[in-house]
Amino acid sequence: MDGALLPRPAPADDPMVPRTFRIERRAAEVDGCFTLTLKATDGRPFAFQPGQFNMLYVFGVGEVAISVSGDCRDLNTLTHTIREVGTVTRAMAKLRVGDVIGVRGPFGRPWPIAEAYGNDILFVTGTVGLAPLRPLIYEVLNRREHFGKVVICYGSRGTHDILYEKQLHQWRGRFDLQVHVTVHSAPSGYRGRVGSVANLVKIARFDPDHTTAYVCRSETMTRPAVQALHDRGITSDRIYVTLERNMKCGVGFCGHCQMGPSFMCKDGPVYRYDTIEDIFTVREL
Amino acid sequence: MVAIEGLGRLLAEHPFFQDMKPDVRDIVVGCCANAHYRPGEFLFKEGGKADHFYLIRQGTVGVEVHVPGRPGVVVETIGEGDIIGWSWLVPPYVWSFDARAMDQVRAITIDGACLRPKLEANHELGYEMYKRFIPIMGRRIGEARLRIVELTTEPGRD
Repeated sequence: MDGALLPRPAPADDPMVPRTFRIERRAAEVDGCFTLTLKATDGRPFAFQPGQFNMLYVFGVGEVAISVSGDCRDLNTLTHTIREVGTVTRAMAKLRVGDVIGVRGPFGRPWPIAEAYGNDILFVTGTVGLAPLRPLIYEVLNRREHFGKVVICYGSRGTHDILYEKQLHQWRGRFDLQVHVTVHSAPSGYRGRVGSVANLVKIARFDPDHTTAYVCRSETMTRPAVQALHDRGITSDRIYVTLERNMKCGVGFCGHCQMGPSFMCKDGPVYRYDTIEDIFTVREL
Repeated sequence: MVAIEGLGRLLAEHPFFQDMKPDVRDIVVGCCANAHYRPGEFLFKEGGKADHFYLIRQGTVGVEVHVPGRPGVVVETIGEGDIIGWSWLVPPYVWSFDARAMDQVRAITIDGACLRPKLEANHELGYEMYKRFIPIMGRRIGEARLRIVELTTEPGRD
């Protein structure tokens, strides 16, 4: 056979070529969500930073952008929490332990951490938005001595939709962490808070002049979350948000995730709010 | 007299009355009373006569919707420093929801039937009260709308 026609091995770091990962564990989370724990079939480590995402490929079905939700210090385990919303994620939900998927990444700009040294830290998130924030929470806790108060404000639909509920309970048990949880509605007799995440921001204890806030909500709910932070005196240059669009290539080629001059896959998905404030509410973008 | 002075101080300390001129605020004091509710005790019930509102000093109150044949549904919790109840301001002065203490609740109850004629008679007081109520009403309605948006736009299974 003509050697020129043989497929050439792709360079190991080609961002368009997926690496294969085997599903080591599959855990059901809240309804419609599951967590896959993956190991690289080639045994090589996988490094990422909190806030980055991967393109996960279900062979024969398609690719989808999913944020990493595990600990970035564990280079041998890749964790993704996925919500079933479309063709690819529904196919992914049917995969079992031992199945293999393709992974391209990591992509995108991570949550900045060192910039917040010396500040109080406020996480504002809801429903599955906790998943992309979890690597950052792990890392803030790993570097706990660099921060003042650390506060998590989390909201979910109901009492049965609290993602990583056990972990939130564990975190709430720490003396160096405030964890506030609210739900949209609850059965009579429920002892927790009911209402909006904005109300949690209102009651959280932190120094507004020295606080960095990280927001991971849907785009619609990011606006009121940012407003609640502004109401408490946190300025836009100390608020980081993560945005989601239809990411396809992950490297800024295809333009599917373009918002104004920015490609979310490579310039985001994490943005300092003052850098996108002017275009954030422009509907045509 | 001592009790009135004590209530005046409690009123002045509550965020709802912050920055209100003392002579205007003092008009309200005569309509106030201290109250304490045990966990599970109702402050008011849907359909009841709405002649009070409540400044929460301590504890949490759940706003509930009664569902026949099933446990009620808590739709909001109101905590320390906040207020609950605006049906006393709007005819026909009937509660639209239940309010129940979720833990030990200490509150100042303000008698709306006592206060309404005073708002009519003293427009400065009326203006000050509406100026404080309307942003709270607006914020809660806005938050409720956003929660509807979140429930309808974010996938999930109820």
